[in-house]
Amino acid sequence: MIRVILPQHLRTLAHVGSEVSLEIVDGPITQRSVLDALEAQYPMLRGAIRDHDTLQRRPFLRFFACEEDLSHEPPDAPLPDAVASGTEPFIVIGAIAGG
Amino acid sequence: MSGVRVLVGTRKGAFILTSDGKREKWDVSGPHFAGWEMYHLKGSPADPNRIYASQTSGWFGQIIQRSDDGGKTWHQPGTPPGEPVAPGPPKSASNKFAYDASAKPLTTHQWYDGTQHPWEFKRVWHLEPSLAEPDTVYAGVEDAALFRSTDGGENWKELPGLRGHGTGPKWQPGAGGLCLHTIILDPSNPKRIYIAISAAGAFRTDDGGTNWKPINRGLRSQYIPDQDAEIGHCVHHVAMNPMRPNVLFMQKHWDVMRTDDAGDNWKEVSGNLPTDFGFAIDVHAHEPETIYVVPIKSDSEHFVHEGKLRVFRSRAGGNEWEPLTKGLPQENCYVNVLRDAMAVDSLDKCGVYFGTTGGQVYASADAGDSWNPIVRDLPAVLSVEVQTLA
Repeated sequence: MIRVILPQHLRTLAHVGSEVSLEIVDGPITQRSVLDALEAQYPMLRGAIRDHDTLQRRPFLRFFACEEDLSHEPPDAPLPDAVASGTEPFIVIGAIAGG
Repeated sequence: MSGVRVLVGTRKGAFILTSDGKREKWDVSGPHFAGWEMYHLKGSPADPNRIYASQTSGWFGQIIQRSDDGGKTWHQPGTPPGEPVAPGPPKSASNKFAYDASAKPLTTHQWYDGTQHPWEFKRVWHLEPSLAEPDTVYAGVEDAALFRSTDGGENWKELPGLRGHGTGPKWQPGAGGLCLHTIILDPSNPKRIYIAISAAGAFRTDDGGTNWKPINRGLRSQYIPDQDAEIGHCVHHVAMNPMRPNVLFMQKHWDVMRTDDAGDNWKEVSGNLPTDFGFAIDVHAHEPETIYVVPIKSDSEHFVHEGKLRVFRSRAGGNEWEPLTKGLPQENCYVNVLRDAMAVDSLDKCGVYFGTTGGQVYASADAGDSWNPIVRDLPAVLSVEVQTLA
């Protein structure tokens, strides 16, 4: 079970609380597999975290986990074991911009 | 009992203001989509309960919202709340605005520094529902292009003939971006559509959107090398009275203009306005020669002239203007009225509405003779539309 924490506006769009749980059955636990599973479960989030076509992270969003900024990690790099085991959440957070 | 529903988009959410035909007492609903920039909301003329809304964010991008019950509840088209996720093709493409590759090799437009820049989708500025089909709606977007949905906003396809027009590489962004902000559907000719882009100019199609022509003859702009160029003009807004679809009125960056031949030729009608810079313009619902503007001091001082909030009305189709001030602040007022933030209802007498960057929405139930604030302290108002309800 993967835990994902979303910022407030995405919770509103997805009609969920602050944290959602995802089941990823196949393959390694990566940014791509987590976000694929998130968007499959909550299709209203498509395009709001990653670009529809390129799947690039939107510029003002960041991905944190285990007190690390993973935003610039390759999307297919394995996430920390603590995220894969559900001990720690994968956090989507809006960058501080504009004051 | 007749009534009106005023749809207000602001920097931090949407508000819906409703009243009966007297337009004296108002119910205020909102904020809807609190915290998001609501660039535009507009109801379908064919089904007043159908309302489309453009919800945007620098963080999370573009969202399209739709209401089928007059604004009481909303959903992203294709993804109703609570619907179980089914296998199959992706849903929620309602916020996917992909430029049509058939527009190649045109892949760039002019950037602020004169270099060429790729087209990049940023947001939807304006939604224009079809006059006849509730599920058909047009979207004007930044970077400038026109999209259409025929399934209630679930999927969008570009009309690439506009962006593919030969002048495309010369289009350049105004201060607000390269935005397609005005879409006018001709009620007498379903094949004719007018659009306007800052800063490219106005364009018209006579074949339903396949081919487009610039309609800027007569516009003069000091900020482009050739002041009479075919394109490059910063058109701020265009308005039409449906009873006379060949007559259009335009608020350009500077200058108020009119055309009597569907945009083929324009002439200036700024007349005695104290300043002819501005954004909003609209036409009386029943008197096609009665038009309204809100003069703004200048392009470097985006607030009303002399600290006075004045709507100017011409009953002669331009040139001769009278200030309308009753009920509006006449000192220490420094708000702006943005391009999509003025609208009229079709009651008798015609109601006129506008919203300010100071968060006020003013209404006049007597064609502009007097004004009252419906609300005073909303976030900065981006757009105002009105639905006249039977």
